[in-house]
Amino acid sequence: MNWIEIVSIFSAALAVSFGAIGPALGEGRAVAAAMDAIARQPDAAGTLSRTLFVGLAMIETMAIYCLVIALLVLFANPFTS
Amino acid sequence: MNGSPLVLEPVFFVGPVPITDPVIVTWVLMAVLALGCAILTRRLKLRPSRTQAALELFVTAIDGQLRDIVGGDTAPYRALIGTILVYVLVANWMSIVPGVEPPTAHIETDAALALIVFGATIWFGVRARGAGGYLKTFAEPSWVMIPLNLVEQITRTFSLIVRLFGNVMSGVFVVGIILSLAGLLVPIPLMALELLTGAVQAYIFAVLAAVFIGAAASEGG
Repeated sequence: MNWIEIVSIFSAALAVSFGAIGPALGEGRAVAAAMDAIARQPDAAGTLSRTLFVGLAMIETMAIYCLVIALLVLFANPFTS
Repeated sequence: MNGSPLVLEPVFFVGPVPITDPVIVTWVLMAVLALGCAILTRRLKLRPSRTQAALELFVTAIDGQLRDIVGGDTAPYRALIGTILVYVLVANWMSIVPGVEPPTAHIETDAALALIVFGATIWFGVRARGAGGYLKTFAEPSWVMIPLNLVEQITRTFSLIVRLFGNVMSGVFVVGIILSLAGLLVPIPLMALELLTGAVQAYIFAVLAAVFIGAAASEGG
């Protein structure tokens, strides 16, 4: 274990943990808004939930980017031989 | 899941070309899909049978979505977008077949798919507006935007790659970790969730491809 590997593990954990905060808040807001809209207009529930799923997947992508960066740091780190 | 999700081990060699697992799965999928389509569309009648009605429903649904996005005639885009949708959907759902990893869980497959979309964007843009007209769309609304528009072409292709790769790969990864920690049958709910994610990601990939192509073919015109 040298310093680069130790720092890599910590930075991967940091990337995932902080990268999950923003998308979590965003998804919460999106679901809350969709629930509100469904409560107002139950007829449009089908369209709303389809759009919601697509939007959620888009927001979730931000967290996935952080996961990919963490995996790059852990498995394909350019600074460890 | 053995070790790094970013490294591929070649299964065998054809001459100097290494053949990896996703390549084999992709070719089998291609053969199955092509054969299935050929068999299903062999005897089309004016008065449709049950299978034909289901197929027509599927194609009509794709057509309706496409018309909402690109507007006007959907015939030039239907084959490409439909094939991308069906391929990505089936490839994502390969995770439920034992012993098979989805080819989209490796970044090379996603890169190939996104490059097809990138090429199709340029092709349809040039076809609809001519080479000069397509190049001129980069200078809209003013020439100041040229570097930004060029960067956008690359970043959106890249985000298309990483979105599909990250979602499918993380699903496979999580199921592998749960399996090694908790044992047999425990990751089944996660696999069900993975089916949903796979379907949504296939839909998003196809919709984004349609949006990019539609924007290139009709931008400003």
